[in-house]
Amino acid sequence: MSQELRINNNKFIDQTTRLSFKFNGEKLYGYKGDTLASALLANNIHLVGRSFKYHRPRGIMTCGSEEPNAIVQIGNDPSLTDPNVRATEIELYEGLEAFSQNCWPNVKFDIGGINNLLSPLLPAGFYYKTFMWPASFWEKYEFFIRHSAGLGKSPTKPDPDIYDHKYYHCDVLVVGGGISGIMAAKLSAENNNETLLLDDKNILGGATIYQNNDCFQIDGTHTNYWLEKEIKNIKNIKNLTIKTRTSLAAYHGYNYLLAKENLTDHLSLDERKGKIRQRLWKIRAKKVIIATGSIERPLIFNNNDRPGIMLSSAIKKFIDFYGVKAGKEITLFTNNDSAYETAISLKKSGVNIVSIIDIRDKSSSKIVKEVEKHNIKIYWKHTIVNTEGYRRISFIEIMKLSDDGSGVIGKKIKLKTDCLGISGGWTPMVHLFTQSGGKLKFRSDDNVFLPDKNKTPSDQISIGSCNGDFDIKDIILNSNKDVKTFLGIENSSFDNLKVESSKEEMKRNIWLLPSDKPIGKTKPFLDFQNDSTAKDVKLALREGFKSIEHVKRYTTTGMGTDQGKLSNMHALGIIAETTGTNMGELGTTTFRPPYTPLTFGAIVGRNVGEFFDHTRKTAMHNWHVQNKAKFENVGQWKRAWYYPKDGETMFEAVQRESKAARESVGILDASTLGKIDIQGTDASEFLNRVYTNAWSKLAIGKCRYGLMLNEDGMVYDDGVTTRLGENHYIMTTTTGGAANVLTKLEDYLQTEWPELDVYLTTVTDHFSTISICGPNSKKILSKVIPDLDLSDEKFPHMSFKNSIINGIKCRVMRISFTGEHSYEINIQSNYAKHVWELCMDAGKNYNITPYGTETMHLLRAEKGFIITGQDTDGTMTPSDLQMDWIIGKKKFDFIGKRSLYRSDTIRDDRKQLVGLLTDDPKEILEEGAQIVEKLNQKPVEMLGHVTSSYFSPNLNKSIALAVMKSGKKLKGKKFFVPMENKNINVTVTDTVFFDKENKRLNA
Amino acid sequence: MFIINCPYCGERDQTEFSSGGEAHIVRPKQPTELSDDEWAEFLFMRKNIKGIQFERWNHSHGCRKWFNVVRDTSNDKIHAVYKMGEKPPVNK
Repeated sequence: MSQELRINNNKFIDQTTRLSFKFNGEKLYGYKGDTLASALLANNIHLVGRSFKYHRPRGIMTCGSEEPNAIVQIGNDPSLTDPNVRATEIELYEGLEAFSQNCWPNVKFDIGGINNLLSPLLPAGFYYKTFMWPASFWEKYEFFIRHSAGLGKSPTKPDPDIYDHKYYHCDVLVVGGGISGIMAAKLSAENNNETLLLDDKNILGGATIYQNNDCFQIDGTHTNYWLEKEIKNIKNIKNLTIKTRTSLAAYHGYNYLLAKENLTDHLSLDERKGKIRQRLWKIRAKKVIIATGSIERPLIFNNNDRPGIMLSSAIKKFIDFYGVKAGKEITLFTNNDSAYETAISLKKSGVNIVSIIDIRDKSSSKIVKEVEKHNIKIYWKHTIVNTEGYRRISFIEIMKLSDDGSGVIGKKIKLKTDCLGISGGWTPMVHLFTQSGGKLKFRSDDNVFLPDKNKTPSDQISIGSCNGDFDIKDIILNSNKDVKTFLGIENSSFDNLKVESSKEEMKRNIWLLPSDKPIGKTKPFLDFQNDSTAKDVKLALREGFKSIEHVKRYTTTGMGTDQGKLSNMHALGIIAETTGTNMGELGTTTFRPPYTPLTFGAIVGRNVGEFFDHTRKTAMHNWHVQNKAKFENVGQWKRAWYYPKDGETMFEAVQRESKAARESVGILDASTLGKIDIQGTDASEFLNRVYTNAWSKLAIGKCRYGLMLNEDGMVYDDGVTTRLGENHYIMTTTTGGAANVLTKLEDYLQTEWPELDVYLTTVTDHFSTISICGPNSKKILSKVIPDLDLSDEKFPHMSFKNSIINGIKCRVMRISFTGEHSYEINIQSNYAKHVWELCMDAGKNYNITPYGTETMHLLRAEKGFIITGQDTDGTMTPSDLQMDWIIGKKKFDFIGKRSLYRSDTIRDDRKQLVGLLTDDPKEILEEGAQIVEKLNQKPVEMLGHVTSSYFSPNLNKSIALAVMKSGKKLKGKKFFVPMENKNINVTVTDTVFFDKENKRLNA
Repeated sequence: MFIINCPYCGERDQTEFSSGGEAHIVRPKQPTELSDDEWAEFLFMRKNIKGIQFERWNHSHGCRKWFNVVRDTSNDKIHAVYKMGEKPPVNK
């Protein structure tokens, strides 16, 4: 392998550990300490991908998380492959395989590149404008658009990796391990604060750790040596926890922050086995110090996107930190002094610098003078008007700028170069600050948005270059001062540091640099990932977009996976300039978390598979499993749905179960119904207020069905409540409504009626319920509890008895949800399976048949009993359900009473519950199907819909419940239920289909 | 994600609580005497202020007690927490 682009003796790269990797199938080598980007550059590879819209060749542009172009697919295992990984962030490991994204058939020859030639036809909003008509064509357009767009491929198989969550509390959180972050962490921890320092890189020290330049010195040594010593020292402070490879994703209110720690992404696949891949830190910090630094801005000029064009600071990091030359003949293009630091680093490593093009008139700062000593040609007051080179930059053309910077003059000069470093100044990373609710202020000297100290919601400060200090002298002085004030520290070891730096004196900023060609013929890219140009922004403005948020969405500037970290400031600048607005007034688009993309794995952590949600199982669950029950999810409960025998279908099983329950005896696990124990001297009065019917006169030992409304008069829940004693009741609720009913009742008790002496306790899990129904149910009961008198006189319908089964206390209720003679045994849950088995044993000779929720629903529908949540939907009053009998009209008040005679609730054309019979008794309606009167009407009037529908084996015909406009008046009338390929004739009937006289209850 | 100082349990994470909307809306003692409009005022009308709002919260994953919170909805700053039935400690 060619290593002529490597510099030896670099302390951050371990040249004794060679790592092999593949890029687009080609086998290459790098070293431990490399990122994929630095390893590629060392192999002289700049071209890594294609742009999103025009498919232009694109190269590595930065060396950090702001990278817009070098995003790759890692690996091709269908469960492990990782899309949209920034080559500038992923650390090289043995066996790494990376692929270019967004190009077909390959990165060097890409068919989509034809879009580049068509680009005059693809301006901002092109997709919106072109693919609108005809609407029916959209599906065809979409196929091609989706096929040619897209960034990377998602894994197609489940993720086998383990992810973790961790809660963390600390006094002070320092985000960013650059020079100011290191200083802050040291000051904080030394002054008795539990401190956490996070940095997204694997090595602390930010950009200072490789700043080895005579112009920048602290106490007589180069800044990098000074910082190295400081980092060594802080590792021994016991109050300080340091986490590297940990990037802060989100900063929420009350100093709640999320950070993602990468634990294995830098290891070879073998070394990862059995380890946690990523950990999401959920941090509560008393105080937060943001030291996230700044990123360099590009310059916006014609054809500024070719491979080989990089940020000048990235070229510097590749040479100083990774020991990689980004080119052999490098040119720098700048509007500030930073590029001169790069020039010195390159010179030191023996890289030839073609020239420096500076748009400023002159600069005489220390660093510029230093560069001039090396006889590097500097073109003052010049700009680049064009670049050449398809897969790699080869030439640039430069011209002199006019005084006002709006045009170019003089002769065009052509220079040969293989790498161009661009430097447009610095943008403070204020993302976290604004995420936390902080407001920004604008500094017009160097066009930066900065944290406004007076508009900061939580206990936090920003220090260093993210706070607008770019000179090392200012950074050290202000970080020290601000941290001392923030943490109330009197003396600091940083108080008397002697700092030397090069002061930048001259600034000049031109958001869109002119060319000798008219703007329409140029390609000045703003957002490299989304391929939006300065022209697009100007077009959006001409078309009337004013708000920065709208321009962003219309042009898609800043909407890529890099979230416009590089492009946003220029977009703002161009908008401000074009519209003649002040940038500070224009404001920025909203910075939303996460700062860099998070994996879904990190977000969900361990809450996957069966841990995604709680599963509640009844005490008899294992019995149901052993007896081959199919289960249904009801809320978090697993309920037995039906018990298929010998290959029965669901329909067949339910028909068999339903017949058995009416002909002999059926048994149901009803344990999931909510149970609330109600005690207190005002318990009866409380029930009076929460249920629609009257409760004061219910005798001890009796049960009553109750209907509960919301304050708006709509049915909320129902169930049977039993009076166990003078001041003691047990209420049952629906399975799904249990928790909400308890919460609602507690709400009324605590807030509206605190004077009532009532205590509510949930006992849903403590008691299990076995429901035994059918003409032979009495025989089973008498076998299981021989000494209980089951005569209708002693134990009538709607009453309860305390009893004992095998020495186990239980409560037996004689209540029925099926219309059959039936009992519910409530028993302490630990004994429930045992009692269930006793009942099964006792029922052997009577063909006792376990039935599930589906049969329960069928049996109650035969009787016209409602299920709240199925036949009701929060818009049904008791009267709509034809249950006027349950309204205690004489009661002074109950929840929802006043709403029952509002103008809307007394309308007689409300949807009301009816029964439906199909003219063909074999035809079963679909639940949710619409009911209409006329078939040829347009638009057809929907009169209602089917809420419950079954084939009743006991009636040998199909039955259904439905809600219909003015349903009460429609009995006997005929309607249609239109389906996809037929119309079903139906007749409205009474809601009770079976045993209308309730004879079977006492059979 | 703010922190709420439950008057019974102390400071806890917001995830332990559920919000119950605007506070100090008293259920009418004699609903039957109200007109449709007056009842609708109680039933439906809520202020939803941007700024200082008096609201009900329930420590639903803790002590299950209801209490009142004075919160600035524009920045989630909580100015006061007080028990049900108590007078607001800041001016309403």
